[in-house]
Amino acid sequence: MRLTNLVIKELWHRKSQLTSGLLAITLGVGVIVGIRTISVVSEKAVAVNLDNLGANILVLPQAASVDNYYSADIDAPTFPESYVEKIATSTLPGVDNMSPKLTRRVQLENGNIVLTGILPKSEIASKPIWQQGGLLGDKVTASCAPKAGTKPAKYLDPKLQRKGIDSLAESDCFIGSAVAQRLNSKEQGKLTIEGKDFTIVKVLPETGTVDDDRVFANLHTVQALLGTGEQVSAIEIMGCCSEISDGLLSKLRNVLPDTRITTIGQIVSTQIETNRMMNQISLVFLIIVLIVGGISIGNYMWANVNERKKEIGILRMIGYHKGHIYYILVLKAFIMGLIGGIAGYIVGTLAAVWLGPKFIGIEVNPIYLYLLLSLALSILISVVGSLIPAYMAGKIEPFSNMQED
Amino acid sequence: MLIQLKNLTKTYLRHDGAINAVDSLSLDIPKGSFVTITGPSGSGKTTLLLILGGLLKPTSGKMRYDQKELNLQKEEEMATFRSNHVGYVMQSFALIPYLTALENITIALNVKEKGQDKNQERALELLKWVGLEDRTTHYPKELSAGQQQRVAIARALANNPVVLLADEPTGNLDPKLSLEILEVLKDINQRQGTTVIMVTHSPMAAKYGNTKIQLENGKISTL
Repeated sequence: MRLTNLVIKELWHRKSQLTSGLLAITLGVGVIVGIRTISVVSEKAVAVNLDNLGANILVLPQAASVDNYYSADIDAPTFPESYVEKIATSTLPGVDNMSPKLTRRVQLENGNIVLTGILPKSEIASKPIWQQGGLLGDKVTASCAPKAGTKPAKYLDPKLQRKGIDSLAESDCFIGSAVAQRLNSKEQGKLTIEGKDFTIVKVLPETGTVDDDRVFANLHTVQALLGTGEQVSAIEIMGCCSEISDGLLSKLRNVLPDTRITTIGQIVSTQIETNRMMNQISLVFLIIVLIVGGISIGNYMWANVNERKKEIGILRMIGYHKGHIYYILVLKAFIMGLIGGIAGYIVGTLAAVWLGPKFIGIEVNPIYLYLLLSLALSILISVVGSLIPAYMAGKIEPFSNMQED
Repeated sequence: MLIQLKNLTKTYLRHDGAINAVDSLSLDIPKGSFVTITGPSGSGKTTLLLILGGLLKPTSGKMRYDQKELNLQKEEEMATFRSNHVGYVMQSFALIPYLTALENITIALNVKEKGQDKNQERALELLKWVGLEDRTTHYPKELSAGQQQRVAIARALANNPVVLLADEPTGNLDPKLSLEILEVLKDINQRQGTTVIMVTHSPMAAKYGNTKIQLENGKISTL
């Protein structure tokens, strides 16, 4: 009979004790897995959220008002379009994409509109110097994108849609839903602005922001129309959430000292703060689980050794060495850690999958890597917790079985 | 001589002073003998048996086994001595409750790591010898007291010990079963030449010995 079989038979013999012994470690590991799973998925979701919103950092002239992020560029003073290149060539990590804008209020026959000149992606991609800066191509999503092989987090809110525009011809425009309603315009219709005819290629869906009142046209067309030259009123930057929290804004300020740089404060700060808090909580739980779990397993093993004095005495009597006794108890702890780790991973993952959508509106998928980490943590706690009881078991005298009955 | 004891003393320290459970005891045990140790409670019978079996360290004195002096203070050396040379039969049977009759025997064979199949074969052979070949998968609680003691004897013989130590082996058995077990021990002694050393209170059991030792206050009173 192998010692492994002896250990398994003993565990099975004391099922109720095994269950209570495993409870602490399962719950502890489960809590950590649950928090970490939600936290990691939430971090990815923030990245997806920011990506869906489009730009999350705004570069404005020094004199611009920043009361409202969404309307800060309207009628703002201007600065040279070449600032885009300054950012691009600075190769700051976390700058995933950017879009220069020129915005002015324009009078039409039947009311005012906000005319915004934007650079479509096709034009950004055509500038080799921007590509050298690592803004486009494979590097675009490197910093925030989920790692290969993992499913990206998905926001359940359908309103969050990408606003990027792939191409925009010189005489084409996109119009916001409010403008379309007010002007009674439809796709493929005509719109005359400052004497130039535009074809409406798309009516944008309602966003509930000032964008609904905007007309988007090609930046260079708008610059010519308004006679501003190569000036822009804002540069929108899609920044990586974690890089923003790590000081991307101040780095950008160093690159462009004569500008004002702002961000979508509530989104970035609240969600990043929540993630940071969850990371801290999971660290606190990790420490608690290590201490409480270790003590709990140690206590369980201690009680088990005391209960098995007679058995251990029998094994010592028939010639088992101390090393055999250590092996039996540490193997038992290892098996308990293995079971506790798997159970904890399942409990924590199920809790995260169930609670994620309910509380923070994120669809949570299991993180399979955490199974390995759960096992490592659980086995470590269990084995370390059992070392002292195993040492004490080795001291049990071989005649202990004769002291009873 | 198989075992030679010289000036063996075991002192227990108690709150009211030191007590010599075994007191300067010297004894020679020939190979192949059937030794019975009797004496009143507290006379040091079990202590002597534990020391003879390498289960308890004496306070002082020497023990030679097969002409070699044993280092009685080295725990691991004594563990090897126990697994190689000694078998034990206890009053309380000392079986592991969650192991079957067969497993209780293979667990003793396992110490020497001969291979699972060989161990299994040997355990079955022993169970057959004690008449329990139809009880291999029974757990101790499913066996009668006499059957449990037979399993314990089979386990004690698993590694072909030179010495079989028995501590009140009939203490928990009725007279009929006691007789059966004593006959088994006698058979082991006579047929296999195994040296049997048995501690007993029972005058009937003591009759089985060809060397009879009576202890009193840790000393031999009659040999």
